[in-house]
Amino acid sequence: MVTERTGADILIETLADLGVEVVFGYPGGAVLPIYDALFRQKKIRHILVRQEGGAAHAAEGYARSTGKPGVVLVTSGPGATNAVTGIADALMDSIPMVVITGQVPTALIGSDAFQEADTIGITRHCTKHNYLVKDPAKLADIVHEAFHIATSGRPGPVLIDLPKDVQVATATYRKPAASGAPRQHKSYRPQVKPDAALIEAAVEMIAAAERPILYTGGGIINSGPGASQMLRELARITGAPVTSTLMGLGAFPASSGQWLGMLGMHGTYEANMAMNRADLIVALGARFDDRVTGRLDAFSPKSKKIHIDIDRSSLNKTVRVDLPIVGDVGRAMEDIIKLWKGRAHAPANLQPWFAQIDEWRAKKSLSFPESREEIMPQHAIRRLYEATHARKPIISTEVGQHQMWAAQHFDFEQPNKWLTSGGLGTMGYGLPAAIGAQIGNPDALVIDIAGEASILMNIQEMSTATQYRLPVKVFILNNEYMGMVRQWQDLTYSGRHSESYSEALPDFVKLAEAYGWKGLRIENVDALDDGISEMLAYDGPVMVDCRVAKLANCFPMIPSGAAHTEMILQANEVSGEMDDEAKALV
Amino acid sequence: MHIKTEAIERHTLAVTVENEPGILARIAGMFSARGYNIESLTVADVTEDASISRITIVTKGPPAVIEQVVAQLDRLVPVHKVIDLTELGPHVERELALVKVAGAGDHRIEALRLAEVYRARVVDATISSFVFEVTGGTEKIDKFLELMREVGLVEVARTGVAAIARGRQVI
Repeated sequence: MVTERTGADILIETLADLGVEVVFGYPGGAVLPIYDALFRQKKIRHILVRQEGGAAHAAEGYARSTGKPGVVLVTSGPGATNAVTGIADALMDSIPMVVITGQVPTALIGSDAFQEADTIGITRHCTKHNYLVKDPAKLADIVHEAFHIATSGRPGPVLIDLPKDVQVATATYRKPAASGAPRQHKSYRPQVKPDAALIEAAVEMIAAAERPILYTGGGIINSGPGASQMLRELARITGAPVTSTLMGLGAFPASSGQWLGMLGMHGTYEANMAMNRADLIVALGARFDDRVTGRLDAFSPKSKKIHIDIDRSSLNKTVRVDLPIVGDVGRAMEDIIKLWKGRAHAPANLQPWFAQIDEWRAKKSLSFPESREEIMPQHAIRRLYEATHARKPIISTEVGQHQMWAAQHFDFEQPNKWLTSGGLGTMGYGLPAAIGAQIGNPDALVIDIAGEASILMNIQEMSTATQYRLPVKVFILNNEYMGMVRQWQDLTYSGRHSESYSEALPDFVKLAEAYGWKGLRIENVDALDDGISEMLAYDGPVMVDCRVAKLANCFPMIPSGAAHTEMILQANEVSGEMDDEAKALV
Repeated sequence: MHIKTEAIERHTLAVTVENEPGILARIAGMFSARGYNIESLTVADVTEDASISRITIVTKGPPAVIEQVVAQLDRLVPVHKVIDLTELGPHVERELALVKVAGAGDHRIEALRLAEVYRARVVDATISSFVFEVTGGTEKIDKFLELMREVGLVEVARTGVAAIARGRQVI
């Protein structure tokens, strides 16, 4: 006879069967039965965060750096609503995540009970899918289905809302089939294999191109390390230059001669000009985001476009393409490579194209004014890169100028090393994401490149790092401004700095010490390298308050609503006030 | 600054979905979240075991937006199939309206006469009112209502559009 078990026990057992090693969470009334089940087992490690938003971002950092789904466990009501930003963030950046929320008992749902929120309703449009479980007998299947949906197709967050009575009620638990193959879902069948005829057309278009460019995105990271290898091989056999979105950094090595740097609003001149003048764009797991395209009617006007994406709704969404291909990007690249080699295509003569690219490179669009009086933030990141790149660090960021400077000046050679909130642009992402990454990669050097404003948005998570002895490093580029807000006010509103000054900042060194961290302050250029060394030498969490030039702005920049060719390279090209159309753009 | 507008088309979509709680909120919410239009939406389960519902959606937008609407519907987890009937070719669209007309004298006689022309049935009658049942395409019903306004229309209930492709083809 099979003994019945509680919903809470079934949940934990199912998670363990699915290979879950870590859960990021915070207890509360509506999840007490689950926390008791956690207490009585040893397979799953629980990481106690300090606010549920931190749990969601930590799970994102864990997922992005390990390739495994991140798991979050929070209580009903405020537990769930606090997690919502991180869930929305994971949806925008296609991060595989499973969120388990407690709910008030079934009989109380809809009665405005204590700590009740309509979690299913609230998260319906910021999850890939969500479930309210009313029967413990169905729980195991739903958890399996949730992991399948979160990790397959275009990955994303899936939420399971679990009323307290369902956690306590009993049912029999059946282990999933030994084969481990995911059950065929009734309606959800992502198309992984691309259409062979379309692949053939793509090969012909690439072979015929004189000015091709590979425009790569986060989809390549999501597809797995194999896809990054395929990209390298595709670039090698075609000889095409490669650019990447913010989310795709690391899929292609920055040390390659074919690398153009990031494209888009704060991308390099050569990447944006090459996109504009290309005769063929091959978009690989990227989605033509507004930060990438600039003004749409001026976006790469003369190119043919191939777009490969696993999400059909990404195709022809903002930019019409000549050859849309639905499928896994790694799989599609593999098919292209096989066919290319089978037909013994040689790389086209791209000499004239690279000669043109070299002229654009000569603009040195990432150069910045050197200073002895102040630490230039770009310089600080360069020095941080020089001091750490041999250790293949994992870098997370918050959101703002420091994030763009990190993307521009910190070079990546491998995927899964770059954790940043690209789509939603969530300040406060970086510290919890670094914590999640450190949990998943205990031996890695994990650094959160932060701004003094963003870091305060989830500063409480310092305590989490202390509790689990996580040696994360937080490197704050402190310019005493919400720098990107101030930069836009400089560009668009004649420098009227409305509420963008970081007033009443804490003493970050004392703050670090209060949390049991090491605190460091770097105040001048000469102390920069020593400060970085001191940070790296310390075996434990360190917060560095690096005082940088207060009014530096992030360039190059394509102003909102401008074309790729209208890039601002230096601050002195910036004028004061923009018209209403420009002001209305994000 | 003024908001710009584009040329729009009207499309009828047939969507089959898992008949699960919240599915309608998921679909209606997707439309509102992404700023798409719903002209009409009808839903009912259509399989013997009531496991699958068929939703007919009439939407309006520029061609690129219609294409996005289809793709966005298609990627919802509980959605089985999305068919753009307008794109597919000839199809039949019907809706039903219950139309209450109140009045006396010539208006009453005229209302009955017009109802006959539109093949509307009288499903309720009192000394001072009729309720007509009329079925047809959206345009026919709009036209019928326009005429009834002249002769004492006081209330309307419409079902919204149900649609199916012509011929043997099954979606």
